[in-house]
This record gives sequence, structure tokens and C-alpha cells, in this order.
Amino acid sequence: MMKNNLEIKLDSLKKANRKALICYITAGHPDLNTSEKIIEYLYESGTDIVEIGLPFSDPIADGPVIQASSHKALLKGVNTDKIFTLVSKVTKKTAMPVIIMTYLNPVFKYGIERFFKAAQTAGVSGLIVPDATPESAGIFEKTARKYNISVIYLLAPTTVKNRQKLIINRSTGFVYIVSLTGVTGPRSKFDGSIENFVKGLKKQTKKPLMLGFGISNPQQIKSIKKSIDGIIIGSALIKAIENSNKNTLKSNIDKFIKPFRRELDR
Amino acid sequence: MNPTKNGYFGQFGGRFVPETLVKALDELTAVYTRELKNKAFNSKLAYYHKHFIGRTTPLYYAENLTKHLKGPKIYLKREDVCHTGSHKINNTIGQVLLAKEIGKTRIIAETGAGQHGVATATAAALFSMKCEVYMGEEDVARQAMNVERMKLLGATVVPVKSGTKTLKDAINEAMRDWVTNVENTFYVIGSVIGPHPYPLMVRTFQSIIGKEAKKQIMQAEGKLPDYLVACVGGGSNSMGLFAPFYNDKKVKMVGVEAGGLGVNTNKHSASITGGSVGILHGTKTYLLQDKYGQVLPTHSISAGLDYPGVGPEHSFYNDSKRAEYKAVNDKEALNAFHLLSEIEGIIPALEPAHAIAYLIKNARAFKKNDVIVVCLSGRGDKDLDIVNNQL
Repeated sequence: MMKNNLEIKLDSLKKANRKALICYITAGHPDLNTSEKIIEYLYESGTDIVEIGLPFSDPIADGPVIQASSHKALLKGVNTDKIFTLVSKVTKKTAMPVIIMTYLNPVFKYGIERFFKAAQTAGVSGLIVPDATPESAGIFEKTARKYNISVIYLLAPTTVKNRQKLIINRSTGFVYIVSLTGVTGPRSKFDGSIENFVKGLKKQTKKPLMLGFGISNPQQIKSIKKSIDGIIIGSALIKAIENSNKNTLKSNIDKFIKPFRRELDR
Repeated sequence: MNPTKNGYFGQFGGRFVPETLVKALDELTAVYTRELKNKAFNSKLAYYHKHFIGRTTPLYYAENLTKHLKGPKIYLKREDVCHTGSHKINNTIGQVLLAKEIGKTRIIAETGAGQHGVATATAAALFSMKCEVYMGEEDVARQAMNVERMKLLGATVVPVKSGTKTLKDAINEAMRDWVTNVENTFYVIGSVIGPHPYPLMVRTFQSIIGKEAKKQIMQAEGKLPDYLVACVGGGSNSMGLFAPFYNDKKVKMVGVEAGGLGVNTNKHSASITGGSVGILHGTKTYLLQDKYGQVLPTHSISAGLDYPGVGPEHSFYNDSKRAEYKAVNDKEALNAFHLLSEIEGIIPALEPAHAIAYLIKNARAFKKNDVIVVCLSGRGDKDLDIVNNQL
């Protein structure tokens, strides 16, 4: 099968020996036009891949920051169709691959076939669903493949050995390594055991391993970055740009993103 | 009716959870399966049933209600006389015993009306465990007495301010706590909802209701009942009553959902009567949701039924036509609350008042010699403030 934008990007990062910077934003927070601007600025400041959050009313894997941004976006009337429109705009404007992050129910209720078809048309190249595991995602994995959309599974510190293999094998694009036992949200540092954990995973696979949950500052990734292929930042980014206005949005994004870029490239 | 090994009842159920929880759920499934076959565990459970909860609960022939309705013969399965005031304790004793078995030191729970919270706090006190109960801010306000009871029992009540501030958000928050503290924490879910093995496990612990009722009605009437009637929010008291009769095909079952201000308004909690299939809190089941799969706010006069989903086994019972699901509204439930209090001397909780209301509403539709067992799942002391505010 032809490679999608995400896979092409991951290949080129690998060739260039470059670590990926992946940023999460909640679509429609504070509004869809601003989301479009944020994505553009993220690209300009050195983000490799954007993860667009399709908000769900009951985000059980998310901490207070993403809960609040999702809640606000939904109150503003954001929905799946509007988010696909946003995706098609940004995939036309930038070359940055787009991943959708959402929960199972919005995918299921929209209609699995219809969801992936619309996602592909809009230019989505990957999907992350935190309440799906390889066992339960059977309901959409085949359809995702048909529409050439990568299915990225999460692997947690509590994942036992034989499941680690299963998750790595079934993930397409990359594997999402959850840095902590908990929900999303900025933490100041990692648990000491996480570095050995990712080293152990790295030995098992050539697939890219991206580390996410809890990343809030560039110092945090200094020693662990050599053992992974990239990082995913969400809540800390949302917090950093939340109080921006039209004039400060771009500079606030630069100020937040560039130190991470520098640390990853160093 | 046994679910598949992955926890499916037909197309419903399953396990849709963050990866972090998979290990804990596998562990729970293994321990639950093992202990249920363990003689020592079962005799411990039986001991607490008898001496702590006060089982066997009576199956009471409600002669006055029967005469008043001039309809079928009505028996009440008196779960309201259980210690702590509702059937919820049947399940929490079982789950906290399992938690001890697994070696967890901390118990968490969600609660709507507060009955499950009180029952969990009670079991935690009995077995010397730390206990935190998540409760929607709105429910903390409308079920103040139960909040006080939980505190007296040594539990910490955590008011939940996110989302709609009711039961569904309390479950979200409890799940986030569990995702974070899964290594030392056991999540005691209060209904036949959530990821596998919870719907099966909670049903098993609540089946004592139906098992007793079956023996008792055979003694009283010499035959099985024609109907079982029980209220359904998540659906634990109803499933506890229904499940032991699953293979008795002549016994008809009615689950009564909370119709709120009417199922044709957007202020109700009737997930089966007014919802569509979706995935929430780890299980595939009927849900109140919009066309984009966003879960809708719910309403019921009864905090314990105020939930947008329903146990997956009920969804299966509905689609396979093993049971019927009907809604009664707030007002009808309130009238039933008063009627039962006045003519039987039993003040029911607003939840089972829905089941009584269904009988009042449909008394004429039954045959005069029909025998009906209704689950009176809890007593109404906790609801006096709400009822008084309606006057």
C-alpha cells in the first residue's frame, strides 16, 4: 500500500536522524479559526506532526487542561464535520501530517466507514484513540487500513511483556509510549524508571517510539531523548497559549515550541 | 446467560479502556473467576450476607397495594431492609472482599444518589480499607444526608465539578483516579456497567436478589411469577432480580427507566427507551447521545437513575426481547412514592418508586391472577428533601 503523509514524514525524519516534535491541540478551542492559525504557527516554529483533538464529552484519559479545552470547544458547537473541514484547510496550507485524537464513541456513532472515508478525504493520516486497545479496536482497524490511515496504539508503563509485543506489532505509523501511569497533563519531571522502560521497548522494534503524557519543559527530555524517536506535547502547549490574543499568539507559540525543537535537535 | 470470554452479551459489553487499565482488569477477571469457585470465599460472603447485611430479605405480599390497584398480586422484594438501606451493599461487600484478596489497600467508588457510596464506605470500614468516593457536585447538594453518612464511615467524599456534575462525571473522575493509582487502588463500580468483568461481576453479586426471590415465591405461590418488575438506571437491582430467571422463559420481565419530564423532551434518563447504541465508560450499550456521539445531559428526579447509559446486559435483554423496557416520568414516580408510603407503610426510594409507578400506570393491563415480583431496591429516607421540595 502507498505510504500516507505520516509514514512518509516518519521515514524522512529517520533518514535525517531527526527526532519528531508532535503537538496536540484541541480543535475549536478557543474557536476553529484560531485553531487553524495555531496549526500554521506550530508548523512554522518547527513542529513535525500535528495531533488534532476531536473533543469528546467524557474524556477519561485526559487531565484537567484537555478536559476543560474539550468542554469549551463542545459548548462552542464544534463537531466532527467542522473538524474535518478544518483538517482539509490545514492539509492544503501546510505539508504537516495530521493525526486525529479522539475517543471511540465519536468514531463509532459517526459510522466507522463514514468516519474513515471523511477523514481520508480531509487529509488525515493517523488516528489515536486512548480508550481503544488492539483487542477492542478490532471494530475499526480494518476500515482504517482500507482508507490508509495509521492506527497508533498507546503503550503504558503497566503494559505487560506479551502485550508490549502485541501493541508494537499492531501499531502503524508509530507507537505512542505513555510516560506515566495516569492521565494527560503537565508534570515537571518523569518517573526515574521510564528511561529503562523505553530502552527495553527500543530493543524490541524498529518502529518509531514517540513519548507523550506529562511533557512540560525541554529539560525533562534531555537524557531520555536518545532512547526515543520523538515527543508529543499537549496540555502544556494549550496552557502556554491559552491567554494569547491575535497579536501574541504567534510569538507565544514560538516561545514555547522553539526550546523543545532546539533540545530535540541538539 | 453467560457473556463471551471478552465480556460480550450479544453485540453489547466488551472492554473499551485505556491501555493502562488492561493489566488490572485482567488481574481482576482472574481473581474474580477463581474466588467465585472458592468455597472459603463463598462462605465468607454468605456469612456477611446473613450477619452484616441482614439477608435473607423478605418477599412481602403487598396486600394493600394489590387491593388498591384491583389488579395483579404484587410481591415486594424488600432490598430496602438491607443494612445501609439498599441493595448496593450486596455488591460492595463482594468487591471489597476481592480487593483484599488482590492486595489492594485503597478503595474508590462513584456515587449518584449516594447509596452506592454509603455501601462502599461501609464495606471499606468493615474491612479496614481507605476509601474515597467521587460524587457530582449537584448530587452532593441533593443527597446531603448520604454525604454525611459517608463521612461518618470514614470515607472522603470528593465533589466532582467537571462536565454535568452528576453520576456520569463522577464515573469519569473515578476512572481517571484509577488510571493514575491502579497499582494500589481497587475501583468498586456500583452498577452492571463499565468494562468487562464489571457487568458480570456486579450481576453475580446482586443475583442473590433473584435467587432468594425465586425460592420465596415458590413457597408463597407454588409457582414462578408471571412478571418481574424493577427500575433501571445502570440496572444492578433489576439485573440482580432478572438474571436467575433468565432461562425461565415464561417469566416476563419489565425494566422501568427514568422518564424525567418525558422521553420526548430532552430531560430524561431513559437510555434504552430513548437512546441509541454507543460506547461509554468502557462498555458498548444504549446511550443518550447526539448524532456526533457526544453524551447528552440527563435528568431524573431520582439521582440514582440519572445516568446516560445502561448495563450492556440490559441492552442485550432488550434487543433479544427477553425483557421489555418502559419509562415512567418524575411525577408518576413521585405519586407512587406517596401511595406506597401511605397504604403499605413503606417509604420507598425514588428509584424503585419508578417500578411501583409502572404498576399503578398499567394495573389494568395485567390479569387479575398474575403474580408480580417487584424489586424494592432501597428505602426513601435519603429522598425526603427532594420530595419536600416538590410540594
